[in-house]
Amino acid sequence: MEVLSLLLHGFAIAFEPLNLMLIIGGCTIGLFIGAMPGLGSVNGVAILLPMTFLVPPTGAIIFLGAIYYGAMYGGAISSIMLGIPGASTAVATTFDGRPMALKGEADKALVAAATASFVGGSVGVVLFTLFAPPLAEVALTFGAPEIFALMLMAFATFVGLGGDDIPKTLFSIFIGLVFGAVGLDIISGEPRLIFFDIPGFFHGINFLVLAIGIYGIAEMLWTIEISQGDVMISQATINVRRIMDTLRELVGTWRMMLMGSFLGYFVGILPAAGATPGSLMAYGVAKTAAKDPETYGKGNINGVVAPESANNAASTGSMLPMLTLGIPGSPTTAILLGGMVIWGLEPGPLVFTDHPDFVWGFIASLYVANLFSLLINIGFIPAFIWVLKMPFTILAPIIFILCIVGGFVPTLDMHDVWLMLIFGLVGYMMRKLNYPMAPAVLAIVLGPLAEPALRQSLLISGGSFSIFFTRPFAAVIMALALVLLFLPVFKIFYDKFKKKTA
Amino acid sequence: MRLAELIMAVVMAVFSVYLMWKSAELPIGWIAGEGPGGGSWSFWLAAGMLLCCIAIIIRWARRVTPESQSEEVFMTRRTLKVFLLNAGALTVMIGLFHIIGAYGAIPVFLIFYLRFMGGHSWRLTGAFAFFAPITTFLFFEIALQKTLPKGFTDPWFDPIFAFFY
Repeated sequence: MEVLSLLLHGFAIAFEPLNLMLIIGGCTIGLFIGAMPGLGSVNGVAILLPMTFLVPPTGAIIFLGAIYYGAMYGGAISSIMLGIPGASTAVATTFDGRPMALKGEADKALVAAATASFVGGSVGVVLFTLFAPPLAEVALTFGAPEIFALMLMAFATFVGLGGDDIPKTLFSIFIGLVFGAVGLDIISGEPRLIFFDIPGFFHGINFLVLAIGIYGIAEMLWTIEISQGDVMISQATINVRRIMDTLRELVGTWRMMLMGSFLGYFVGILPAAGATPGSLMAYGVAKTAAKDPETYGKGNINGVVAPESANNAASTGSMLPMLTLGIPGSPTTAILLGGMVIWGLEPGPLVFTDHPDFVWGFIASLYVANLFSLLINIGFIPAFIWVLKMPFTILAPIIFILCIVGGFVPTLDMHDVWLMLIFGLVGYMMRKLNYPMAPAVLAIVLGPLAEPALRQSLLISGGSFSIFFTRPFAAVIMALALVLLFLPVFKIFYDKFKKKTA
Repeated sequence: MRLAELIMAVVMAVFSVYLMWKSAELPIGWIAGEGPGGGSWSFWLAAGMLLCCIAIIIRWARRVTPESQSEEVFMTRRTLKVFLLNAGALTVMIGLFHIIGAYGAIPVFLIFYLRFMGGHSWRLTGAFAFFAPITTFLFFEIALQKTLPKGFTDPWFDPIFAFFY
């Protein structure tokens, strides 16, 4: 009951004229960003975060949350129309969405994707509302050892569940943490890692510099390289009658929508898992459970519905650990978390008690953003198609300029812009060599929180690491983290054992 | 690709050693009553980076990763040209921020990118080059009140600010 009254209060905040405008604006911008090939929610949130300094923190997170939602909807548009996923989260949508478009059913695929996204988002946000307060209450009992154990678990999931090259994943985590340590030592106040005595390093490396470098500049260079400007757009005819026909047909897919929504939500909660594996798993389950698996990959509407509901539910799920524990579940939420720090809000369970307006306004805004994303998505389909036809040589310089100016604005220091360019160029080369970049962004955000937690824990225990195993919550989280960390090793042994017995 | 994998790992290993050395400017051991020294966190993380680089090099030598097996070139001539053009244009634009400021550098970048790289018409290029700095100015300087670099053009903006304030 208390949750309901807090949620109603949240709706009052979300419906304030400024916040409502930010939701609509955020959803629209997010949809366009998500629809751009190669760009997804993480790029949109990273590039536009510096623009939120004009509004209060609640409005800022509402705006970014709406961009996140909009981009999750928009990802399907380029997957269906161009055959190029807007982001990795929409890869699974391409499998059946693109064949549908090629069969002349682009409008059907687009409406199915939008509706499934709406259902996924709705299920996700309801589960979020139910789970967030109890989880935050438990997290309130956490001290420094539990917090450090949680951070370790966040990194461990990248190693255990990320599916990338393990030494490269670990390298990415370590380098992100080292960059997060640049500046002044938090305890002694002495300068640390001031490279070549350049004064710009005294204020540390802002996480946005790395995030925009990687998700703005490096990503654009990558997209320019892979697309080479050769994309073929599908034709789509859309009208009210065709939308209504599709909606009637979609009633028959409710099982897949719900399966995708629940699966996506719970996968989304796990740090490092997020929307991409969530949507791919939902597609896999849908195909396995289908009576006609041979039609998947050839334009089966369930193949669009399952991953789209999953990726939207996962995006909501990834916000749960961000808001309640201060641990982001995805690169986008890592950037949102960094934004919270910039706005002067301590991420974690205390936010629920100290800033209820902020938290509940944000949660309520997700309901509203979900609805507006659906309406804007369907209403703006012709406009998206027009924008997708815009040559990349127009979009690219605009995005580059946004990156440069966005990198300058947080600190008003050209040093950060140069640093961002270096991160962008090196990040592009590392990406070509299959170094995962998301762990580095997560690490630079969590590093300044993890280091004091570790040092405080060790100070309490007099230098003994046993403190992480003698407190019940810390021990459980630590054990989980260690299992995840050693999961790839277990897998190697298991595979060898299986080979021997075969 | 194979050679690039090795070069990247070696460069990053050298960078890790540099980070370890740099971290050691502060104490890296245990300080009685204070806990871990200020450099310990970054020192051990950099040591972790170094171990990862060694692992990457060993895996490269054993041809475990797809990149270490790949005979493809890291960048084709066309990719290298596109990369150099984009990276060069960005570097020049950022450099120009210091000299002619954001509102001079942005149109120059747009003209280069749209007209010479994109092959768009002068009309479209001119429209973007004209309106982009105006929009940027109104949004950042007037709405957000965030001052962008102006280089030697700084005094030219005094009458504009006088108009708005």
